[in-house]
Amino acid sequence: MPPSVPIATQMVHAVGTAWASKLKGEKNISIAYFGDGATSEGDFHEALNFAGVYKTPTIFFCQNNGYAISVPFEKQSASKTISQRAAAYDIHGVRVDGNDIFAVWLTVKEAVERALKGEGPTLIEAITFRYGAHTTADNPNIYRDQDEISTFWRENRDPITRLRKYLNKEGYWNEEQEELVIKQFNELIDAHLQRAEGYPKSDPLEMFNHVYAKESWHLKEQKQELNQILRKGGKK
Amino acid sequence: MGKNLTMLQAITEALDQMLGHDDRVMILGEDIGVNGGVFRSTEGLYEKYGKDRVVDTPLAESGIIGSAIGLALNGMLPIVEIQFLAFIYPGFEQLVSHAARMRYRTRGQFGVPLVIRTPYGAGIRGPELHSESVETFFAHTPGLKVVAPSNPYDAKGLLISALEDPDPVIFLEPTKLYRAFKEEVPDEMYRIPIGQAKVVQEGSDLTIFAWGAMLREALNAVKKIEAEKGWKCEVVDLRTLYPLDRDTIVQSIKKTGRALIVHEAHKTAGLGSEIISIINDEALIYLKAPIKRVTGFDVPVPPFTIEDHYLPTVDRVKQGIVETISF
Repeated sequence: MPPSVPIATQMVHAVGTAWASKLKGEKNISIAYFGDGATSEGDFHEALNFAGVYKTPTIFFCQNNGYAISVPFEKQSASKTISQRAAAYDIHGVRVDGNDIFAVWLTVKEAVERALKGEGPTLIEAITFRYGAHTTADNPNIYRDQDEISTFWRENRDPITRLRKYLNKEGYWNEEQEELVIKQFNELIDAHLQRAEGYPKSDPLEMFNHVYAKESWHLKEQKQELNQILRKGGKK
Repeated sequence: MGKNLTMLQAITEALDQMLGHDDRVMILGEDIGVNGGVFRSTEGLYEKYGKDRVVDTPLAESGIIGSAIGLALNGMLPIVEIQFLAFIYPGFEQLVSHAARMRYRTRGQFGVPLVIRTPYGAGIRGPELHSESVETFFAHTPGLKVVAPSNPYDAKGLLISALEDPDPVIFLEPTKLYRAFKEEVPDEMYRIPIGQAKVVQEGSDLTIFAWGAMLREALNAVKKIEAEKGWKCEVVDLRTLYPLDRDTIVQSIKKTGRALIVHEAHKTAGLGSEIISIINDEALIYLKAPIKRVTGFDVPVPPFTIEDHYLPTVDRVKQGIVETISF
């Protein structure tokens, strides 16, 4: 499903979609991603509870980067960990190093198998770190020792660095390959960026579409109204 | 072929037929399964269709509505019962930020064919928050449709239409009318289109627009007025609150030139305001008098000892008719 603004509400949707898969007898799971801050929202708790009651094939994947904008997890909850809250709902909970690609892969694989076997949901707490600011409007120096912490994580826990070290050591990777791949991906990104920037501007009248499957009379008329205004202004 | 049914029985029959007709249909809510619903609107369905399709949920409206959204997104046709209209409030975000928006957000790729059924309105001597009629909240939310039947026949037909609608529909069931009277309801599945009002009684001197439990007050008042003054009033049951049936509203105004709107909901920003605006836009010159609203007051529905004074009464409606026609 597309990203949306409200926090934690998607967790209950993941319960519902998984529930439907189960009812239809399909071998599908649903996975919802969220941050540490989301675990304070009511829907986090309602979702885990429902998932436990109906044993839905849902995976709840928490990316715990330690901060909800400026609020550190210690202020978010008295619980020492997020994964321990699974016990409150009698569902499976596991805490994993979120910057270890193999650990994450394995943990999710186990959760998928558990779900498909009909053994129900899993809460995964993946520990990671947010290097930069929450958004461009955020100044993390106000609420944390930005340089010191970021440097520590970058030097000791960076997921890409760790993977590179491992692959190099095992002979699966080297510097030439990396340079080539970086070049290729940069070109790909540039191409996609150019394409995206070249999209035609949105038609304002598009705002009236898809409110309902079939337009109501209100929308038909309001669309005409805006159309008149746009035409008069000489722009369309 | 039909049977004499109360509104409640008509609703149960509609649910039963829809569950039998389409495997994707399922109903969820608190106490609706084994207990058959606190009002008994789902009586017998759990025994007939089983726990996977008639689901007793945890006490968690956001969870109920949110997982129903997920069920609807992945191919099921869920009908949620929210025990009383005000209990939607804990799930309001799920309703307006997601159910109402999913089609818009995904540009038509996903829709949420969800029905939320809920007892609505006052006059049942309930404690606080058991007598709400805040239909305006839902009518004001793009992406939702709102429906309020006033009789058993309309209840069945509208509920089936609501279920077949690809968009989320709020189905308001006037609690006071659940067992108030019986009327003939056809055995087969039939539909009453959403967005279509009904002229339940024709007249030429004034039009009353009403819906839900207020239909009966309107009809009683009109009958008394005809006996006392000889005036013949037209009564329009709106049946759908969003989208309003503008054509029927305007046609009636052009015929009678006078209007009264009766609704339980609070006066300010109640749907009476919207109806008057529509008439203002389309038929102002046909009006012989300002339009009156006979409504609930701008107060939380008061405790049951004085509840009857909050609600529009036959006398208040009569007075409104007299003042409008005498203008």
